Amino acid sequence: MIKARVTVTLKNGVLDPQGKAIEGALSALDFSGVGSVRQGKVFDIEVEGSDREAAEADIKAMCEKLLANTVIENYQVEIG
Amino acid sequence: MKSAVVLLPGLNRDRDMIAALTKIGGQAPATVWQTDTEIPDVDLIVIPGGFSYGDYLRCGAIAARMPVMRAVAEKAAKGVMVMGVCNGFQILLEAGLLPGALMRNASLNFVCREVKLEVANANTAFTRGYTPGQIIRCPVAHHDGNFFADAETLARIEGESQVVFRYADGTNPNGSLNDIAGVISDGGNVLGLMPHPENLIEAAHGGTDGRALFEGLLGKAA
Repeated sequence: MIKARVTVTLKNGVLDPQGKAIEGALSALDFSGVGSVRQGKVFDIEVEGSDREAAEADIKAMCEKLLANTVIENYQVEIG
Repeated sequence: MKSAVVLLPGLNRDRDMIAALTKIGGQAPATVWQTDTEIPDVDLIVIPGGFSYGDYLRCGAIAARMPVMRAVAEKAAKGVMVMGVCNGFQILLEAGLLPGALMRNASLNFVCREVKLEVANANTAFTRGYTPGQIIRCPVAHHDGNFFADAETLARIEGESQVVFRYADGTNPNGSLNDIAGVISDGGNVLGLMPHPENLIEAAHGGTDGRALFEGLLGKAA
């Protein structure tokens, strides 16, 4: 079994209203010095088999087809 | 004109859309379920609003990968007219049938209110019932209607008059770039819009500004 973690984040230049709201909430909690917050998503995926390269290729295809909207999001795949 | 309405779990504006198509078009649309791989021979396919798959992952993301959407894409490629309203618009974007993306409203609030819309392009099969630049009233009800496209895409769709509806008179409810409320494909046969024209078609709705869209579309323009 191969464990992978996919991180999906908004591309630079895409406005992130949720990140902005979190920024505001952090300063309301008196955390000073927070430059910016960008919200993203994490997917932990288990893939059967032991071929790490094949698993990585499969997961990248999953990102392209479903997990990320590449109009607005980037993704990063880490194989555990 | 024959039409079909796509049904997916979590949509909730399907009955309103079927009522509008039936009342104005004179015949009830066919309905197709998410797992159907074939769509009957129709001139218009409509994807109504709602919350398909509970908006999981991203609004419209799961619905856009259902078998019926492959059939919709095939019909669209053949020139069949396709219209997505609200969640239907989100689904068409996720399916890659329209340019751009819809993000969380800038206010982070769900907005349910009436807005003013400018008919930015009246020279389409969907908007020929309106006059160019006409300002109409229309209800919106959504949490993720904040239209975004990269600078290059935005310039292209503006240049090609693919922006069909714009929020007018300062009523942009969601932070959409350039006040964009609805866009059409470069082929002119796929339209997506966030507002709900199907909910303003008879006096009991408080207005009839949505009727002209269906009348123009269904060939009943005065």
